Amino acid sequence: MPYTTILFYVLALIIVVSAAMVVFNKNVVHSAFSLFFTLFAISGIYVLLKADFIALTQIMVYVGGILILLIFGVMMTTKVTNVELKTKNLNTIPSLVFSIGIVTILIFVIFSTKWNIRLGLDSEETVTQIGIMLLSKYLLPFEIASIVLLVALIGSAMFARRIKD
Amino acid sequence: MEIGLTHYLVLGAILFGLGLFAMISRRNAILVLMGIELILNAANINLVAFSRYNGLGVDGQVVSIFVIILAVAEAAIALGIVLNLYNNFATVDIDEANTMKD
Repeated sequence: MPYTTILFYVLALIIVVSAAMVVFNKNVVHSAFSLFFTLFAISGIYVLLKADFIALTQIMVYVGGILILLIFGVMMTTKVTNVELKTKNLNTIPSLVFSIGIVTILIFVIFSTKWNIRLGLDSEETVTQIGIMLLSKYLLPFEIASIVLLVALIGSAMFARRIKD
Repeated sequence: MEIGLTHYLVLGAILFGLGLFAMISRRNAILVLMGIELILNAANINLVAFSRYNGLGVDGQVVSIFVIILAVAEAAIALGIVLNLYNNFATVDIDEANTMKD
């Protein structure tokens, strides 16, 4: 068995188990810390798919940015003094059945589709190609994304401000 | 057995299912946000896997960069809304917050 196969199964196991802990854990702080392992293992999956730039972006943006923001949100919105950290679920059985049904349909579709697989050239660096594409083919989405980020920054700062009256 | 495209797609499907379950069933708004992050990551795995296995270059990776950008914007805005919700209702339970104005 090649070592990439073992690595894929280890990473997939980490992803599925820690994502399940995010979803099923009663404690919100534990969920946030389980999300840490999920995001790191997903970055390993990107490395296996030879997408090194995406893997680094995943670590820097998700683990370093979004996760910290989420933990901030957990800390600021739960009363730590009272035991309010535990949350209840709603409609567990119907939503479980619904989710499992959708996953079953998806897996059935994945295995019954005839995928047209062609492997590209392996030994190319992706950073150069991504940079060229961002400034030629995807220039307009790139500029729009920068405007979206600016608007989101201003908007979230305005939202989170405490309004005194 | 060699790892192929279907392995990655199945992994993405399972991650999507877990995120969907978190979005539907959890009542804490922050956990709903974590479910959305899981779903976006599942979509990203699919995009990068297709980009690897169709031999056409790095188009899928560029699109997944845009997904990451939008996820950041969404997380910032949504956490601002959640903080505002907590200031107004003193809870982040999305069942309690059923009025537009208190």
